Amino acid sequence: MSFMLSQLSNITRSPGDPKVVETGPSSLKPADSFGRALGWFSMGLGLTELLAPKMLTRWLGVEGKEGLVRAYGAREIASGVMCLSVNNDLGAWSRVAGDMLDLASLGAAYRDDNPKKGNVGIAIAAVTGIAIVDAIAAQSIRSLHKRKGESVRDYSDRTGFPKGIGYSRGKASGRVPHDMRATPSSAAASPATGETSPASADLILEVPA
Amino acid sequence: MRALVWHGKEDIRYDTVTDPQIEEPRDAVIKVTSCAICGSDLHLYHNFIPAMLPGDVMGHETMGEIVELGPEAKARGDLSVGDRVVIPFTIICGECDQCKRGNFSVCQRSNRKKDLAEKVFGHSTAGLFGYSHLTGGYAGGQAEYLRVPFADATHIKVPDGIPDEKLLFLSDILPTGWHAAMQADIQPGDIVAVWGCGPVGQMTIRSAILLGAEQVIAIDFLPERLSMAEAAGATIINFEQESVTERLTELTDGEGPHKCIDAVGFENHICLGQPDTILDRFKQMTLTENDRGHVLREMIYNCRPAGVISIIGVYSGMVDKFPIGIAMNKGLTFRMAQAHVNRWTDDLLHRIEDGQIDPSFVITHKEPLSAGPEMYRTFRDKQDSCIKVMLQPA
Repeated sequence: MSFMLSQLSNITRSPGDPKVVETGPSSLKPADSFGRALGWFSMGLGLTELLAPKMLTRWLGVEGKEGLVRAYGAREIASGVMCLSVNNDLGAWSRVAGDMLDLASLGAAYRDDNPKKGNVGIAIAAVTGIAIVDAIAAQSIRSLHKRKGESVRDYSDRTGFPKGIGYSRGKASGRVPHDMRATPSSAAASPATGETSPASADLILEVPA
Repeated sequence: MRALVWHGKEDIRYDTVTDPQIEEPRDAVIKVTSCAICGSDLHLYHNFIPAMLPGDVMGHETMGEIVELGPEAKARGDLSVGDRVVIPFTIICGECDQCKRGNFSVCQRSNRKKDLAEKVFGHSTAGLFGYSHLTGGYAGGQAEYLRVPFADATHIKVPDGIPDEKLLFLSDILPTGWHAAMQADIQPGDIVAVWGCGPVGQMTIRSAILLGAEQVIAIDFLPERLSMAEAAGATIINFEQESVTERLTELTDGEGPHKCIDAVGFENHICLGQPDTILDRFKQMTLTENDRGHVLREMIYNCRPAGVISIIGVYSGMVDKFPIGIAMNKGLTFRMAQAHVNRWTDDLLHRIEDGQIDPSFVITHKEPLSAGPEMYRTFRDKQDSCIKVMLQPA
């Protein structure tokens, strides 16, 4: 897919520009790709809950709870956005939290007086499975990106000044070019003498008497 | 040839691509000996910079040897096949009004897709290597070969006998840190605060010391970066462990730093103790804001009245909750730009040769080009105490 897109984008390149012949190993790891897939799943489910809540409430036997289903749809979309972002670990964990909320709500609907109790049971089983998958994905993404357990390296010997700081300090002082100057230092420009400061003196027009 | 190629968000691949060809009379092709991953490459890695396309070759910190020269590049006399050159990240014509003024990063002629840039920025800026189609869509230098447009102007000729490690960063981070310090107008006796101790921040700290700053205060949260800043004599603030405002107040007797430098840009760290960073990330994720402005807010709040704010970290678009009222009432001066690399490199090369600075201190990982995709991840996730990655083609 990506190779095809790179071929398509060649229309924007000039003849002498490099063009992809064969793709090689990628920085994108399976955990991240799976996280993104969860993101798209969240977006799809969220849109369904947001746009067709009655279909779900009828199937689950909880008519009248359309507002709650819509709210859960918005939550799913928010999780989806996070899963598709570079903070995808947070997205996956937010999905796990959402799964818990879904299970609590489904548990409340799993009653003997609910004629669709069987459907609720199916939904509970499905959400439980998804929650496990979400938790595994979240953990994999986090472990892929976290700073590993090794000790932090100490770079306190890397001065960047081969002859010592003393030799380099101030070696370029006074070398700021005129067009890079911001303001004259306030102390030099406007000493608090109580009289017109030297800085503004040359701006005063001398009007002949 | 082999190259690191952008295929989408977090998807950089070590691909086989066609070799670059001379297109214009002023072009050259170089055989890359060394290149590096820049912090600003991570904005592309995260797909925050618009107009990247699958198949774009990454990289704008490159050096190598000239293997082919266009007729005009040759005729202008300064370059020959076999010359060793560092390639600045900005492509410059050397002839337009802005180039003549030394404002190389806003060269008026080098962006070959200037219509697109004019629509977005109002005016075109310079073409850049490997940095989206907004800046020309030029192939980058994380590759075995690189075509250099306007090569007779877009190069820094370097002598033999000095290792690549010491010269490579003339392409970007050294002159960028230098530019940040210059546009901050650092004078002897100044107290300078630098936000961000990544590679550019490290170069900025050392530039400030070269310019005679009395005290440099370095702000970050990663211990390895802070230790590197401390090595240059900076006073450090770990913003995850202490309040930046309280510490700056204490270190400056309540006056604030004379000069504040942003070497972070729009992807600042998200920190529970700094709630605006969370709000910004939420807005960025929901496409209601492009850039996260925490560092700008903190600089404006803490800068000494009549002080200078220097922005060298990359911003891409709109930022919210920008405290212009505080800035205006405190009489702050703002300076910002992409570095005008070639303006500074002769001087900096002399300082490297003289032993005033050795930029190789920043390299923490030196790997073959083929390890590029892994190193993008390592660098982004700040694993293995990674601060700067240098890559070399086989």
